[in-house]
Amino acid sequence: MNGAIETVGLVLVIAGCVFYAAGTIGLLRFPDVYSRLHALTKADNQGLLLVCLGLAVLAGSVQVAFLLIVVWSVGLVAAAVSAHLIARHARHAGEPHASRETER
Amino acid sequence: MTATVLGLAVVFLLLNLLAGLWRIGAGPTAADRMLAVLLFGSTTVALLLIMAQWLGDASLRTVALLFVVLATIVTLAFVGTPSDQERS
Repeated sequence: MNGAIETVGLVLVIAGCVFYAAGTIGLLRFPDVYSRLHALTKADNQGLLLVCLGLAVLAGSVQVAFLLIVVWSVGLVAAAVSAHLIARHARHAGEPHASRETER
Repeated sequence: MTATVLGLAVVFLLLNLLAGLWRIGAGPTAADRMLAVLLFGSTTVALLLIMAQWLGDASLRTVALLFVVLATIVTLAFVGTPSDQERS
């Protein structure tokens, strides 16, 4: 039984890392600030959620699981606020929108 | 088994940080560099949490919580300062 719980936790952590990779690839490949911001905050936060769930399963104690959920929810708020503020700031600074036909 | 997988996850997240560094170098605008700071923030939190479980050190979770709370303040500071292209 213990082995199964461990593998579930590890699979969740690995899935979280996959989302982090997606966020990073989005950060590198997307044409303009807004799409990078969009990709980064959402994918990284999803990755953080999966990592927190995996570690909560691995840790096994309720306090740790609660602390991880608090970390994730504060991370959610932080990502949302940061993404909005940066996008608004870039918008005021006159960031160009990469239109569909511009090639990188 | 668990330790090796958690170790690989830590190394993988560090590689993500390197990608963020590249974005800092290449990023045309200040907002792009702020993106990398965001990436560092969330990746470091996950890194600390995984290392807390990997090394069995509970204090790292508190460090991660502190890091998450401070992540927003960095962005507030960035938005607060007028950037060079600011047309007032």
